[in-house]
Amino acid sequence: MKITFYPLGEAAVKCCFHEDISTALTYNIQAFCKKLVHQKHVGISEWVPAYDSVAVYYDPWKLSYEEITNVLVPIANEMDAHEKKTKTVITIPTVYGSDYGPDLENLAAANKLSTKKVINLHTKRHYLINMIGFLPGFPYLSGLDERIAMPRLESPRQSVPAGSVGIAESQTGIYPLDSPGGWNIIGRTPLKLFDAEKEEPFLFEQGDYLQFTAISEDEYKQIQREIEKGTYKLERREESE
Amino acid sequence: MKLFSVEKPGLYTTYQDLGRVGYLKYGVPASGALDRFALQVGNILVGNERGAAGLEVTMQGPELLAEETFVMAVTGGDLSPMINGRRIPLWKSVLIKKGQVLEFGQPRQGVRAYLTVSGGFHAKKYMGSRSVYEPAGLGRKLEKGDELVGEPRQQKAGTGLFFTEIPDYDRDVDVRVVKGPHHEQISDKVVSDFFAMTHDVSPQSNRMGYRLQSDLATNHEANVISDGVPLGGIQLPGNGQPIILLADRQTTGGYTRIGTVIGPDLPLVAQLPPGGKIRFKEVSVEEAQEAAKQEEQKLRIWERFTR
Repeated sequence: MKITFYPLGEAAVKCCFHEDISTALTYNIQAFCKKLVHQKHVGISEWVPAYDSVAVYYDPWKLSYEEITNVLVPIANEMDAHEKKTKTVITIPTVYGSDYGPDLENLAAANKLSTKKVINLHTKRHYLINMIGFLPGFPYLSGLDERIAMPRLESPRQSVPAGSVGIAESQTGIYPLDSPGGWNIIGRTPLKLFDAEKEEPFLFEQGDYLQFTAISEDEYKQIQREIEKGTYKLERREESE
Repeated sequence: MKLFSVEKPGLYTTYQDLGRVGYLKYGVPASGALDRFALQVGNILVGNERGAAGLEVTMQGPELLAEETFVMAVTGGDLSPMINGRRIPLWKSVLIKKGQVLEFGQPRQGVRAYLTVSGGFHAKKYMGSRSVYEPAGLGRKLEKGDELVGEPRQQKAGTGLFFTEIPDYDRDVDVRVVKGPHHEQISDKVVSDFFAMTHDVSPQSNRMGYRLQSDLATNHEANVISDGVPLGGIQLPGNGQPIILLADRQTTGGYTRIGTVIGPDLPLVAQLPPGGKIRFKEVSVEEAQEAAKQEEQKLRIWERFTR
C-alpha cells in the first residue's frame, strides 16, 4: 500500500494512504493498526486510525522522524492483500420512535416512507466503523441506505441523551454521552458506548461492524437493568464476508 | 491521609498529570497539564515521579486549608501564591504546616500555576490517569468542601530550580512550528502571512484550544477528510481564525491544519492571557526533535538529583 508521511510536530506522524475511502481501505488500516499492536515497537505509544490515514504517536527521545518512517513503511507494504475473511458484527438493540426517537416521524415523512419502513431500512444493513472520534466512543459509520438520509436539524438541540441513534446527511451514528447535537434522532440504545468505570470502557473499535435491531420499551428497560447489574451480554458475532 | 480541605475552589482548578495514553483511538482526549514543563518540575522539586498528579490552577487560585504538615511546591505562572498571607517562592519546595492556608492573589505572569505535593495527590484514576476531563465525566473541577488526599513522605523543603532555568512567560511570544499536514492545500500567500504576522489570543481560549484573532484572508477548501489531531496542531478553518489545539482537544478533526506547535513551546502558548500575542517560526522536524530531546535530558538530570 502506498504511504506518504507528514510530521505532526516532533512526536507524531501522519501516515496517509492516498486512496479513495472504501471498505477495503478501512480493512487495510485496521490491519496496519493490528500490526502496530503485535509489534509493540519501542517508542511508539499510540495511534489513531481515520478514514484514509493513521496518526502514530511516538517518543522522539527513542525514535527520530526518519526512524519512525522506516519502521512504518514495511508495515504498509504488507497491507496490500485484502486478507480479511471474517467480520465482527456487534448488535445494537434500539427502541425506535416516541420520546426515544423524536425525529423518526419527520424523517419518515420527509423521505415519503412509513416509520416502519425507516426502521426496516435502518436495521437491515451492517454499518462499518471507519473511525472513532468527536466524542469518546463515537463511531463514524458508513453504509446508510440513501432512502433514509436526511440533512441535519436546522437548530441543534442543547442536549441529546447518551445512547441516542441519529442520522445526519447519509451517515448514522450513536451519541456516547449526553451532548448538544444536530442529528435527527430516530431511536435510543440502552447500551453504554463509553463506561469509564469498566476495565474495557468501549464496546467496539475501528473496522468492526454495527447492526441495529429494534426492541420494545420493556426490553430497553430490561437491558438497562442487566447492564447495571453487570449481567448483560453484548451480542458479538463473526461473519464471513 | 487528608492533605488539604478546599475553602474556595478558585476559577477552574483540576487534577492533572501527564494525561491518558492509549485511548485516543477510542475518541478520548489525552488531557493532562497544559504546561507540562511546570508540572514535571513541580514534581521533581518535591521528589515525585514527573508524572504524578498535581493541581492545575487557572487565573484565580483556590484557597486550601492544610490538614497535615508536608512539603509542596508551586510552579508555572505567577498567580501570587501565599501561605497565611505571606508570598512563597515559585519553583521551590516549601513546607506547609497543619492549619496554614495556601491561597493565591493577583495573576502577575502567566495564567496557570501547578501545585504539587510530596507523594502526589491520590485522586481517582480513570483509564490510567488522574487528569480531569469533565465533558466525559472523568473527574471534575474542585468544589468547596472537597478533601484532597495523599501520602506525603518525610522530607526537607528548599529544593529550587536555578533561576536561569525558570521560564519567562511573556505576554508576547515566538513559538516554533513544524509545517503540515495540510499546508499544501492553503495558498502560499496565506501560509507566508501566517508566519509573518502577530496573532492575538481570543478570550474564547481554554484547555481544548487557544483561538487566535488573525483575520487571515483564507480562500482554501477548509474541510478535509477527518484525521488524528496532534497536541499543538494549528487548525485553520475557513474564517481565517486559527486554533491551537491543546490537551483537551478532540482526537480527530476535519479542518485543514497548517502546522503543529512543537511540544517544548506549548507552555508559552498555554500561559498566554486573552489579548496575548503570538508569532510563529517555522522549524524542521529534526530541529523540533532536537529541542524536545534537550528538554527531556534536562528533566532527567534534575530528576536524578532529587530522587
